[in-house]
Order: sequence, then C-alpha cells, then structure tokens
Amino acid sequence: MALPATQRLAETAPAAEPPGRGRRRAALTPRYVLGKVLASAVTLAFVVVVNFFLFRVLPGDPAKAFSPRGRNADPQRLVQIRRDLGLGLPWHEQFWAYVKALAHGNLGTSWGQKQSVVSAIGDRLWPTVLLSGTALLVSAALGMWLGARTGWRYGSPFDRLSSGVSIALYSTPEWLIGLVLLTTVTGTAFPSGGMTDPRSTLPGAVDVAWHLVLPCLCLVLVYIAEYSLIMRSSMLDERHAEYLTTARAKGLRDDLVMRRHAWPNALLPSTTLFFLSLGFVVSGAITVETVFSWPGLGRLTYDALRGPDVPLLQGLFLTFSAGVILMNLVADLLYPLLDPRVRAA
Amino acid sequence: MSTPKLLEVEDLRVTYRTAGGDLPAVRGVHLTVDKGQTLGVAGESGCGKTSVASAILRLLPPGARATGRVLLQGEDVLAMNWGRLRAVRWSAAAIVFQGAMHALNPVRTIGRQIVEPILLHERGVGARAARKRAAGLLEQVGVPSWRLRSYPHELSGGQRQRVMIAMALACAPDLIIADEPTTALDVMVQAQVLDLLRGLVRERGLGLVLISHDLAVLADVCDRVAVMYAGRVVEEGPGHRLFTDAVHPYARALAAAFPTIGDPASRLAPHGLPGDPPDPRGLPTGCPFHPRCAAAVERCRTEDVLLRPAAPDRSAACVHIGTEAVAP
Repeated sequence: MALPATQRLAETAPAAEPPGRGRRRAALTPRYVLGKVLASAVTLAFVVVVNFFLFRVLPGDPAKAFSPRGRNADPQRLVQIRRDLGLGLPWHEQFWAYVKALAHGNLGTSWGQKQSVVSAIGDRLWPTVLLSGTALLVSAALGMWLGARTGWRYGSPFDRLSSGVSIALYSTPEWLIGLVLLTTVTGTAFPSGGMTDPRSTLPGAVDVAWHLVLPCLCLVLVYIAEYSLIMRSSMLDERHAEYLTTARAKGLRDDLVMRRHAWPNALLPSTTLFFLSLGFVVSGAITVETVFSWPGLGRLTYDALRGPDVPLLQGLFLTFSAGVILMNLVADLLYPLLDPRVRAA
Repeated sequence: MSTPKLLEVEDLRVTYRTAGGDLPAVRGVHLTVDKGQTLGVAGESGCGKTSVASAILRLLPPGARATGRVLLQGEDVLAMNWGRLRAVRWSAAAIVFQGAMHALNPVRTIGRQIVEPILLHERGVGARAARKRAAGLLEQVGVPSWRLRSYPHELSGGQRQRVMIAMALACAPDLIIADEPTTALDVMVQAQVLDLLRGLVRERGLGLVLISHDLAVLADVCDRVAVMYAGRVVEEGPGHRLFTDAVHPYARALAAAFPTIGDPASRLAPHGLPGDPPDPRGLPTGCPFHPRCAAAVERCRTEDVLLRPAAPDRSAACVHIGTEAVAP
C-alpha cells in the first residue's frame, strides 16, 4: 500500500533546518547587549558635553548670585568670587577640569548647600525614588488594568466614564491637583507636607508611608491617565486582530481571550512608556515635591534654580539624564524578552 | 431517521449592520457536508464566502446577525447557549484561517498555541501529554517538532499554514473549515498544503469545507463545489464538472478566468469578467448577476431565480436552465 499522504508529504516538505538552530535562540545575544551598552555610553558622553556648555552659555552672572549681597555686591568681591570658582579660565580648560573631576566622581561643591554636589544629590535621591517609584508602580499597574478593561469593552458606560475621567486628570496640571488635595485634606488624617514628623509616635517606616500618601496620590492621579489611555488605545488596535478570532474559535472564554492573547500584545506600548517613565523617577516631580515639601531631588532642583546654584544644577541635570539613559538601556534589554519579534531584528 | 449529516446549513442569512444601512452578506444559503467529504465554496471577494465560514462557528463580528440553521451533527449552532457553543468550538469543528500570519498570536510559541485547545477541551490530559500530541501533529503536517518552541515570525508562510492545520487537528474534530488556506502561498507550497488537506480527509474521514476564489483548485480537490454570487449559491455540483462545463453564466465566467493547464488556447485567451460584484446594500432587481451577464434577457431584470435542478446531481440559479437557450 502506498504511504499515507501526510507521511509522504512530510518527506517532500522543505528540509528540516539543522537542529542547532532549533534550540531556543538566546533572548539576548552578547552582540545585542554590547551594542545597546555602547550606544548608551555614547549618549551619556554627549550629554556630559552639552550639559557642561549649556551652563556656560546661559545668561546671568553666577558670581552675583553667589555673593551674599546679591546684585549690589562689591565689584572687587565679584572678581574674587569668579577667580575662586574658576570662571576666569578659558572654556576648554574649564571643560577639561570638569571631565577630570567627573571621572573621579566629583561634581564640585554646591554654592548654596555648602556641601559637595554628590552628597547633596545622594541625600535626596532616596526620598525621590521612594515617591516617584511608588507612584509609578501604582499608576502603571492600575492604569494598565483599567486601560485593558476599557479598551476591551469599548463604548461601554465603564469605558466612557473611565476615559472621561482619565482625560480630565491628564489635562490638569499636577500642582493644581496637589493644591486641591492639600486644601481638601487639611486637618484630616494625612499630613500635608514633609517626609517624617519628629513628634509622631508611629514607627519610622510607617510614618514615612503616612507622609507618602498625599504626594503619591497626586502623582498617581496624573500618571494613571497616561497608562490607561495608552493601554486602551493599544487594546483597541488589537481588538480586531485575527489571532483573537482564532482564540475564540478554539472555544476560549472571552476573558481568557483577553488575558492570554490580546493583553500580552497590547502590553508592548505601555511597557515602553513604563520604562521611559522609570528614567524620570530620578528627576521626580519637581512641582509635587515642592507643593508637598517632600525632601527629594525635585525640591533640591527647585532650590538650586532659585540660586542659581550652577554646580548643583549641573550635577542634577547630569543625574537626571543618566537616569533616563540607564532606564532606556534596561528597557532595550528587557524588550526582547517580552516581544520575540525584537530578537529577530 | 438516519444519523444526522456532519454539517447541514439551511437557509443561512447573515446581515451586517453598518452605518450605511443593513448589509445582507449571505442571503439564504444551503450546504451539506458529510464525513469524508470535501465541499468547495467558490466566488469573488465579497460574495459572502467568509461570512458563511464564520457563521458556522458563530464567529461573526458583533454587528452581524445570522439566521437560519447551522446543524452540526444535528445540533443547531445558532441556537446553542454560550457554554455549549464554546464546548463545540474546535472540538467538533475547527477553522484554518486565511493568511496564517495574522491568525497566529505573534508573542506566543507555536507549541503553546497548539496545546491550548487540547488543555481547554480535554479534561484529564496533562500538559506533558498535550505537548506530546502537539509534537506528533506537527510532524504529521510536515513541520519538524522542534518548531514547537518557535514563534510564528520564525516560520515560512507555508509552515505557518501547516501549523494552523496541525492546530485545527488538535482536538480531532470531525469537521474542518479552511478559509482560503492557500491564498498567500506560492504554487508549490499551495499544492503541498492541498495535498495535506486531501490526505487528512481520506485518512481521518474528516469533513472539509474548503473556501477559495480559485475554482481550479476546488475542482481538483473537492467532491462537490458551490459557487456563490452576491450572498447566494448560484450553482452547485460535482467539482470537476463544475469547472469543465458550468451551467450558470457566472460559474462559467469564473471557470474561464483560470487557464486550463496544457491548453495553450485558454492560456492565450483568459476570459475575465467585466465589472465588479454588486454592493449588497443595493442589489440589482431580478437576478443580481444580470448587469454583468452576457446571456441576460429581459426576464433576468425582473425575475429573481433560485436554485433549480439543472442536471442529475446538479443545480443552478438561472432562468435559462431547462430552456435550452443558454448562450455559449
């Protein structure tokens, strides 16, 4: 008897690829990682250069700001200050000195804080990461959940309510939300400013968490709209994808079709947004930290701007840029794990 | 009564609600398929082929309404509750979709996608057993089993279509609906995929509904072929007869559009059909084909013709049937 058709066919089918290529391809090849790391390093170097010269071309005389008597300072005193600060040197020498110091982890001394820029930033880093990080995690999780639901049930009353509120919150400035929160909760259980209260009887961590509630809520209200709207629109794009019809044809329940098939595909744009925002965790929310007197990098930036405290600002800008670049690198390295198609590229 | 047929579609009508009014995509279609049988459904784009395929498992988009009866082993799919419908999907009838590129989920491995319906429909089958079966199915359709760990984009078009077929076989359904399974493939791969489907029908005794615009392919593979035009079957009969001597002018034009291999005359003078299929929202009066029909007479403008017996085992919807006056 002749061979069954399917078996015959298997033999005429395109020759099997060598088994070596069949091994699950490593998600991250050394080449890919090295390329991304190098690109980040180049970007960072570029930022260092721009960051340095940006402050040299800005109008205004730092010496005046630095002088205790401000604008009415004694001209001779100003010259003295300029010399102390190294502002009299040619630009290329200043730049070289800056790069050398940077290589040793020295960002100079803050004019206003009377301490090194590195330690000033180091002191404020943790509160900012705590505030922005918490807000980011909460808003990303809630926003993605909300966006997935509303996109899947496009046009439902829940969708219309959620989208309306999201757009309203998205278009409201964060300081306004902060002020509304401040005025409405004054005198209630949650403290309106600072990070700790020396009079508090609560244990340290709980006290911090307690202080965290309002500024964090303020940031979540702003961020959540972004996630829910982006997740909603990617869900809308995926909603009519043909593989979802396949999933339905298999007999999956509607919620499984959404969770197992639509969601992982719709997740990609929001993930990109999440990692981009992670970069901004470091720069924090300048307005929110100021409104709620949160002792983070945002407040520090606000104070430095009023000086202007040039070395501190320069250090802050560099830190913020480095944060964004680093998190972009992390996103680039994680993306192939989420979307297999990126691995082939 | 004898045992019910595998699939009986009776007076199926599908209407899409659109902003421009109701769109009747399918207007009273009757089809029958039995085990081990292959039914071809042919027609131009927009004639309602895919709507029929989707309606069989109630996979129409939300704005569509299907009426009539779709009897799957005697049970009306259109009247099932959701739970029963989900149980029937894929285990009683599976679909091989057109253009397998988009019908497979890009971020899940082939293996997970084949295993999914097995785990869903067959209680008591563990993940390991399901995976083993998936590997066997892949080998059976001519894809090496290590491909279970691959993602759809890593496969060629032909392999993806084979994966779709392996997936359709996962729960050993009695009926497979293949909607343009070979459309995006080159001729060699197309022949392989058709061979595969033909072999499955023969070996497993499956019923197959094969949907294609390519009448030549259908005539070659199918026991019976139904030609659709403007949401209705206009001619139905044995596959090879329909291709070689169609009765209905539309079916004849469709057959003439494909040159006969080995016949230089037909290759040099392929016959196209002028004009486009009518908009279902504003169908012409009488026979919907009459504006494009070379054999149209005055009666065609007013008289809507339904299928009538044309010869033993064949039927067609044309006023000329039985009048001898079919134009050449």
